[in-house]
Amino acid sequence: MQDGFKKDDLLQFTERGIWCPPADIYIDPWRPVKRAMITHGHSDHSRYGHDSYLCTTQAAPAIKYRLGDINLQTVDFGKRTVINGVEFSFHPAGHILGSAQIRVAYKGEVWVASGDYKLENDGLAEPFESVPCHTFITESTFGLPIYDWKPQEEVFAAINDWWRANAAEGKVSLITAYSLGKAQRIIQSLDTSIGKIYTHGAVENMNEVMRAQGVPLAPTTRVTQEIAPKDYPGHLVIAPPSALNSSWIKKFKPLSRAVASGWMSLRGARRRRSVERGFVLSDHVDWKDLNAAVDATGAERVIVTHGYTNIYTKYLNEKGILAQAAQTEFSNEGDDVKEESAESGKTES
Amino acid sequence: MREFVQLFTRLDQTTKTTRKVELLVDYFGQANDQDRLWAIAILSGRRPKRSVKSSLLRQWAASLAGIPDWLMDDSYHVVGDLAETIALVLRPPVRTQNRSLTEWINTVKGLALLTDEEKQEVILSAWESMTTAERFVFNKLITGSFRVGVSQKLIIKAIARFEEQEENAIAHRLMGNWTPDTTDYENLIRSSNPADDDSRPYPFYLAYALEAEPATLGSPDLWQIERKWDGIRGQVIVREGEVYVWSRGEELVTAKFPEFHPLASLLPDGTVIDGEILPFKDEKPLSFNVLQTRIGRKNVTKKIRESAPVILMCYDLLEYNGEDIRARPLGERRALLEQLVAGVTEPGILYLSEVLEINDWSEAVDARAQSRENLSEGLMVKRMDSAYRSGRKKGDWWKWKIDPLTVDAVMIYAQQGHGRRANLFTDYTFAVWKGEELVPFTKAYSGLTDKEFKEITSWVKRNTRERFGPVRSVKPEQVFEIAFEGINASSRHKSGIALRFPRMLRWRKDKPAGEANTLADLQQMLIQYG
Repeated sequence: MQDGFKKDDLLQFTERGIWCPPADIYIDPWRPVKRAMITHGHSDHSRYGHDSYLCTTQAAPAIKYRLGDINLQTVDFGKRTVINGVEFSFHPAGHILGSAQIRVAYKGEVWVASGDYKLENDGLAEPFESVPCHTFITESTFGLPIYDWKPQEEVFAAINDWWRANAAEGKVSLITAYSLGKAQRIIQSLDTSIGKIYTHGAVENMNEVMRAQGVPLAPTTRVTQEIAPKDYPGHLVIAPPSALNSSWIKKFKPLSRAVASGWMSLRGARRRRSVERGFVLSDHVDWKDLNAAVDATGAERVIVTHGYTNIYTKYLNEKGILAQAAQTEFSNEGDDVKEESAESGKTES
Repeated sequence: MREFVQLFTRLDQTTKTTRKVELLVDYFGQANDQDRLWAIAILSGRRPKRSVKSSLLRQWAASLAGIPDWLMDDSYHVVGDLAETIALVLRPPVRTQNRSLTEWINTVKGLALLTDEEKQEVILSAWESMTTAERFVFNKLITGSFRVGVSQKLIIKAIARFEEQEENAIAHRLMGNWTPDTTDYENLIRSSNPADDDSRPYPFYLAYALEAEPATLGSPDLWQIERKWDGIRGQVIVREGEVYVWSRGEELVTAKFPEFHPLASLLPDGTVIDGEILPFKDEKPLSFNVLQTRIGRKNVTKKIRESAPVILMCYDLLEYNGEDIRARPLGERRALLEQLVAGVTEPGILYLSEVLEINDWSEAVDARAQSRENLSEGLMVKRMDSAYRSGRKKGDWWKWKIDPLTVDAVMIYAQQGHGRRANLFTDYTFAVWKGEELVPFTKAYSGLTDKEFKEITSWVKRNTRERFGPVRSVKPEQVFEIAFEGINASSRHKSGIALRFPRMLRWRKDKPAGEANTLADLQQMLIQYG
C-alpha cells in the first residue's frame, strides 16, 4: 500500500499502550500520550497524564471523579468518530456502567479492542454487544475452564441468605467488592427488607457519582465516626477489598466477612482470605462466555491480553483460530488487585 | 452423601473452631451409625485405598469436559488440587443422585476390582449425577486425604460432646489401626471394653516450645530435665506376648524395627513405653540422617541393620501390668520405668533417657548449649508431678530447642504451592555461591507470612527468566535467611550436602545477592556439625 499501512498493524502494542498509527491515537495507554481513548474507568485502563481523553458519556463521571481536572471529551455508544480516515466507535462491554469496546475501522479492516468485558446482563452496565471484526483483542483474566459463573440471581440469593442468617444472629455482614461497578451491582440486588446498607467511603463516593448520573441505587449510609458501633449489627457493610486487612473493620462486631470475586471459585483463594464466605461474582467473562464472545465476533485473528494469556492463545490456535499473546500493563489479577490500585490512586490525587 | 457434602461445605465456610464442633455434632446427630463412622474415619485420614491412577482421572475428566489434556494439566497447576480441578472443569450434572456416604464409599472401594474401562464407566456416571461440591468430595474419596481444617482434636471434641464422654477417652478409642471395615461405631466408640485391640496405642503427649526464660518456671527441683533426642518418637507396646511399635504419626512400624521384636518376651504383658527410636552405635546416638536411610526401605536387610542400628531411648511409661497409669505423676511413672528397663536382661535394646542433674537454671542453659555435641535437639523440661496428657497441651511439658543453624541464600527457582497456597509462589529453591556460580542446595516452603508470599509472587511474575512447566527460574536477586536443624553430606545432591528441616527464617531485603553465603561456608558447617 502507498502509505505503508499493513492491515496486520492497524493497532500495535507499544511501550505506551495500544497504538493506532494512522490516527496516532492510543487505547487505554499506560504511559502519557497526546490522545487517549478510554474503555472504562478502572485504574489500569484509565490513567493520569494524557493530554486528551475520549470515553463514553456514561463512563465519563467516574473517570472525571478519579482523575480530576482532565481534558475529557465524551461520545455516545455507537456514534462514529473519524480521525485521519480511521473510524472509531464505542460499543457496550457490559463490564461496568459506561464501559466500552472500541471498534477501529480503516480501509475495510475492522479491529475491536474490548478492554474488560462480560456477557451477562447485570442490570447496571449497558449489556454487552457483539461487534463483528477481523481482529479481536480480548482479556483472559478468567480464561481457564475452571472458571464457570452461575447466573447472578443465584449468587445474590446466596448473598441475601448469608446476610439474613447473620442478621438473625445479631452479626454485622461485611462484604468486599471493588468500589466502582461491583459494589453498585451488589447494592441494587440486596434485599433491603433485611436491614440497612452501610458503605465504605470509597464505595459511597462512587455511589454518589452514579446517582448523580441518574442510576437509581438503593439508599446507602456512609460509615462515619458519628455512627455508634452498636448500630451496625444486623446490617450490611460494603467495602473495597483493601479494607479487609485494615483497622477500619474493627468497629464491626460481631462480624461475618465475605468477599465477592471471581477468584472465590477456588478453595485455596477462599481459605487464604480467611473470610467466612466467598461469593463467586465477577465483572469479567468466565470460560464459556470468553469462548462465546470470541466465536461471535467471527474474528480471523485474536490477540490475547492480561490473564492466562499464553494458555488461552495456545487453546485458540489449536482450535484453528489464529491467536497471539500481547504484553500490556493491564492488571492480570482481575477483580481484587485492580481495586486496591484504584484506591491507592485515589489517595494520591 | 448430601449431608456429608453439606457438612464439608459448611466446615469450609468457617474459621471458628466452636462453629466447626457444632457442625460436626449436628452431622453426627443426623447420620446413621455407618455414615457417622465413615465420616470420622475420613476426617481422621482413614480413606479407602487409592485404586485409580490420577493420570487416568485427568484424562477422563478432560474428555468429559471437552478440553484438551494439556489444558486440564494447566488448570490443575493453577488450582493446585486435582479433585477440585476436576469438579470445576466438568459441565453441570445431567442427573441427581441420592445415595448415602457409605454407599458411595463402597462404590469407591469396589473400584479396585474393576478394569480401567469399568472404572471409567462408574466414575463418569457418578460425575454426571453430582453437583460441583459433591464431585469434589467424591474425587477426594478416590484420590486423597481430606484437609478441611478439622484437626483430630476437633473431631475428638465433637464426638465427646455428641456421646457425652470424656475427650481423653475418645482420643484413646480413635487411636490405632481400625477402619470401618474392621469395627463398627458401637464397638469403637461406645463399648465398655475398647481394649479389644491389643495394638492400640495411647495418644501422644506433645510439648509446646519454651519461649519464656526458664526461670519463670520456678525452682528446677519441680522439673525433670532430659535431652530432646533426634529420632522418631514412638510407642512400644507389649500385650498378649506380641510387640507393636507405633510412630507419632500413628503409623504401625513394627516390621521396620526388628530390633524391638525380642521385647515380646523380655517385657511383661501390659507394658507401653513412650520413647525415641534412635539410631545408636557404640553407646552413642548417630545422626538422624542415618535413620532416614532406612525409613523408606521396604525390606530391612541385615546390612541396613548394621549400618543404621536403632535403640529405644525410653522417656515414659504409660501402661504398667496392663493398667493405664497416665494419670499418675511423672516421678512415679519414671520410677516404674527405671525398674522395668533394669529388668530387661538383654542389653542394647532399651536405654533410659538420662535425667540431667540441674540445681540451677544456669546449669540447664549450659546443658542446652552442649546439645549439638550430644546430637540432641535441645532439652525437654517436664513437671515432676505431671500426668501424661493427650495431644499438645501447655503448661506441664516444654521443649527447649537449640537455635537453628542459618545461612543466607539466593532464590533461583520458584514454584506455585497447593491447596491454600495455590496461585501463590511458595516453594523455592535456594543456592549459594561457588565462585561466580550459584549452586542449588535446598528447597524451602515455609516460614513466611501470607503477605510476604503475595509480595514474592508478584515479584516472581515480573522477574521470571524461564518456565519449566510449573517451575520458573527467576533473577538471582532475592536473599533469604534459611534456618535448619542439621547438615549432612549427601551424594544425591549437586551441592554435596543435605539439610534437615530447612525453612525460611526471614526475607533479607537488605542484602544484595552477592553477599549471600558460599558453598565453602556450608562445607565448613558440615565439618563442624555434620
